[in-house]
Amino acid sequence: MHELGIASSILESVEKEAQHHPGCRISRVGVKIGELAGVDADALQFGFECLVKDTEWEKLVLQVEWIPRVQRCLKCQNEFRMADYDPQCPKCGEFATQCISGEELDIAYMEVDE
Amino acid sequence: MSRVEVEKKVLNENQILAEQLRERYREHGVLCVNLISSPGSGKTLLLEKTLERFDKGTRVAVLTGDLQTENDAKRLAKYGFPVKQIVTGGTCHLDARMVEKHLADWKLEDLDLLIVENVGNLVCPSSYDLGEAAKIVLLSTTEGEDKPLKYPSIFFKSELMVLTKIDLLPYVPFKAELARENARRVHPGMEILELSSTTGEGLDVWMNWLEARRVKAKAKPIPA
Repeated sequence: MHELGIASSILESVEKEAQHHPGCRISRVGVKIGELAGVDADALQFGFECLVKDTEWEKLVLQVEWIPRVQRCLKCQNEFRMADYDPQCPKCGEFATQCISGEELDIAYMEVDE
Repeated sequence: MSRVEVEKKVLNENQILAEQLRERYREHGVLCVNLISSPGSGKTLLLEKTLERFDKGTRVAVLTGDLQTENDAKRLAKYGFPVKQIVTGGTCHLDARMVEKHLADWKLEDLDLLIVENVGNLVCPSSYDLGEAAKIVLLSTTEGEDKPLKYPSIFFKSELMVLTKIDLLPYVPFKAELARENARRVHPGMEILELSSTTGEGLDVWMNWLEARRVKAKAKPIPA
């Protein structure tokens, strides 16, 4: 529902980065979206395409990397992919585990054509 | 072709503003909480009952967000505390800039508590940090117990879940225990309160929670 705003923020970042590379073209922007970010990748892609259509950014590719939720066990330090919201450590059975990834809503990289 | 590593938040601008707000709240010892729920879970009624219970001298203010109308601000203004409506004009969440803008006429040194009532929506508000000390998510007994599983992001990011409309429990198929279990599956260790704004049951526990957090926010760090 708010993916168009997110797409717009990504484009703003690209425009800002482009100022550091005069005479070059940014061809690709990579973003990381965590499972817990509450952002739908397809809706974001669609919003982004609508936003760049008929602009100088029309050829800019948005590459989305989806990041699953990973927990770390506070007892045995085992890291595991959390499935079905089951926080229990599959190795030692401990319930106290901490989320270490899956909240991302980050711009990872941009590709600049010289 | 060269690759530039960026590694920054997509909502970097919002994040910067939110951190500035957080710092201002900290400086002035103001507790800011961000209330989030589906439309109709009882955010505004809970706020009404909360304001009603505050002593006249309580230094509290409310920002309330909606897509349209000043209705909520009118409802809340009756209690004599500063209230401002944020009309988003269609935007489905509040962001840090809207909060900053609407705070402009208030002096933070005159406040101890700032309650932000977000737009009724369980999805988008979870992405936007408003500089609050805690997000609070409301779930009412007329919704499904599986809301935490369907909308994990907001339940994961909220420090407290308030289960509202518990006076309706005898009449609805809602299983409170299952809702609590689902919330803690998504967010182990999450605090959970239950109340009815209609009967007043559980409101004391809610008021105590707010007060304890307010005292904590007020405590100035000990100078080194």
